[in-house]
Amino acid sequence: MSLDTAEARTGRPRISASRAYPALVRALGRGWLRDRSQVFFTILLPLMFMVLLASVFGSTANTVSRVIAVGDVAVLDEADPDTFTVTEAAGLDEALAVMRAGDADAAVVQDGDTVRIYPSSTNSTSGAIAAGNLSALVDDVNVEVLAEAAPSEPVLTTEVEEAEGGAMRPIQYLAPGILAWGIAIAGVFGAAGTMVDWKRDKLLRRLRLTPASVKTFLGAKVSVNLAVAVVQTAVFLAVAALAFGLELSAWTWFAVPLVVLGTFAFLAIGVVIGGIAQTSPAAAGLSNLVTMPMAFVSGAFYPLALSPEWVQWLSYLSPMRYLNEALQAVVVYGSPPSSVLPQVGMLAAFAVAIGLVSWKTFKFDEL
Amino acid sequence: MDAAIEVADLRKTYRGRRTGEVRAVDGVSFRVERGEFFGILGPNGAGKTTTLEIVEGLRKPDSGTVRLLGRSPWPHSPELTGRLGVQLQASSFFEFLTAKEQIETFAELYGAAKGRGDEMLDLVGLTEHADVRCEKLSGGQQQRLSLACALVGDPELVFLDEPTAALDPQARRNLWDLMRAINAEGRTVVLTTHYMEEAEALCDRVAIMDAGKIKAVDSPAGFVRALDAPTRVTIAAGQLSEERVKELASGESVTAGETQVVFETRDPRKLLTALASDGALEDLSVRTANLEDVFLHVTGREWRE
Ligand SMILES: Nc1ncnc2c1ncn2[C@@H]1O[C@H](COP(=O)(O)OP(=O)(O)OP(=O)(O)O)[C@@H](O)[C@H]1O
Ligand SMILES: [Mg+2]
Repeated sequence: MSLDTAEARTGRPRISASRAYPALVRALGRGWLRDRSQVFFTILLPLMFMVLLASVFGSTANTVSRVIAVGDVAVLDEADPDTFTVTEAAGLDEALAVMRAGDADAAVVQDGDTVRIYPSSTNSTSGAIAAGNLSALVDDVNVEVLAEAAPSEPVLTTEVEEAEGGAMRPIQYLAPGILAWGIAIAGVFGAAGTMVDWKRDKLLRRLRLTPASVKTFLGAKVSVNLAVAVVQTAVFLAVAALAFGLELSAWTWFAVPLVVLGTFAFLAIGVVIGGIAQTSPAAAGLSNLVTMPMAFVSGAFYPLALSPEWVQWLSYLSPMRYLNEALQAVVVYGSPPSSVLPQVGMLAAFAVAIGLVSWKTFKFDEL
Repeated sequence: MDAAIEVADLRKTYRGRRTGEVRAVDGVSFRVERGEFFGILGPNGAGKTTTLEIVEGLRKPDSGTVRLLGRSPWPHSPELTGRLGVQLQASSFFEFLTAKEQIETFAELYGAAKGRGDEMLDLVGLTEHADVRCEKLSGGQQQRLSLACALVGDPELVFLDEPTAALDPQARRNLWDLMRAINAEGRTVVLTTHYMEEAEALCDRVAIMDAGKIKAVDSPAGFVRALDAPTRVTIAAGQLSEERVKELASGESVTAGETQVVFETRDPRKLLTALASDGALEDLSVRTANLEDVFLHVTGREWRE
């Protein structure tokens, strides 16, 4: 069979897909790099936030979490003295009074299999850090128990080499939240702005009249956005580690699939917004309207454990919550990817659900 | 061989919440032969762009059929789009790219040969501006770049939606030369415009469109001939006696005003010879009927730009 008949049958010249995709990625990538406002918003703004927040919270935090054990708390027997100083109290009220005076970061009660943590709200950042350290401790104990119960099953363990005494510091609590926020605004604002630009300059319309398919074009666009998210993550974590002493766990690489998944969800939100907005200011305004509450209820900047209950409920609706939790777990606490499967599942569910909505609301005619 | 374009009874109504129903295209039919230079002439809002978008396959009509090079433009096939060149009414470029990067990206999308991009920049006279970002090009330069992008795939059929809007007279004339050359290479060209002279200067045939309908299709010369309008010859008043004016008019219409005498004649040659021999040529102007008169005649209303 000659090539000509093969071509006639598929009706598709072989040139288009193979040359169009790299050409489009190059064109869109270059455009992105030359757009100063994009570079500022995705790369510099999160770094500036990190500088700001780290210096605000940095001075108030203790390096070692001061924990009050209320009654008998078996799990604290395993506590590393470099991470925790443990004092004891007879009752919860007494412990809370000590915390209110600012002399402790968290109180812990163990009730059978349940470890209940009361982080300090007087000093919320160290309270959150203490809570994080305690969760990690409980995870470690669980892993040991599992390993004993089923010695033949391999259990994933992590060893985080801690260079500076092994304590949680504010940067380790703040960095994942700021990164999740940076990923969210890059995705939402980026996609919404792009849609409005397309409405204005009819680029998509023009491209539909070339032999390259719209799918190739959208694929190239999404590829560029994903690449941006990965670069953004790498730059952010590198600066956090080198300049702010963030200790990166061995599982840090898993941040890549996490931000890719998150970016899908945030791009989809942006596409919905871009479908509604007709002008750039409207797109930016609507994006703010969505990302601000999404960030506030996600626990990225303020610990959820210390937030009012309604905020905690709302947080389940924020995809940023799951990205933040998962990043914190793998990058800071060094938890294995298997431990963040629920968060990954929720992020994927959000990406699919919002993706469907955006597909339904995507009006080709307007573009 | 199939016609380049065959359009039958296209209809498209826009329904807006505030604007109500707009019958943008209301029963349009026409046919464009291969190699032809076809113009769609009409005022703002006549439905030219909508018609073109339906023909190109960007919009679905409410009813009616389109055949482009013997095929339906819907659904999109790269086989067909590869043979089309399109310049949309608004220039659509990749943001932040230079003219050269722009044309090269389009060259890749059309699978064009290496060097074709540079050739096209040269053709539209943008070689000197190759490294200028698109948004920094002047309006006319952007129009030319967008024309270059339309031609980079070596199309058989070229759609140009008001390519000379917002150009200065010199640039417009340069672009006319370019469009003539494109057509002379054997490409079919479909042009929309609201400039009468442009349609007259370029098109083999012109469709006059108004309020969603094609009122008439003919060659510019054919239109004028069919109109059978007299030639208007104007001279300054006071050069000829009243009797002589009547005599020269020889039964045709003449208006003698304070400053001008206007003859309307079907035999301009005889009148002009007589005026010359009388030496009455001060402030002479001769105006034959043009598409403007045709438009007035065809639509029943004055041309307004
Ligand atoms: N997307 C749209 N939604 C609603 N109405 C529209 C839309 N596009 C065009 N129209 C209306 O349809 C009519 C025809 O518009 P169209 O753009 O086809 O005219 P045109 O002849 O190209 O005008 P111009 O010379 O100004 O480019 C106009 O009344 C316009 O307001
Ligand atoms: Mg138009």
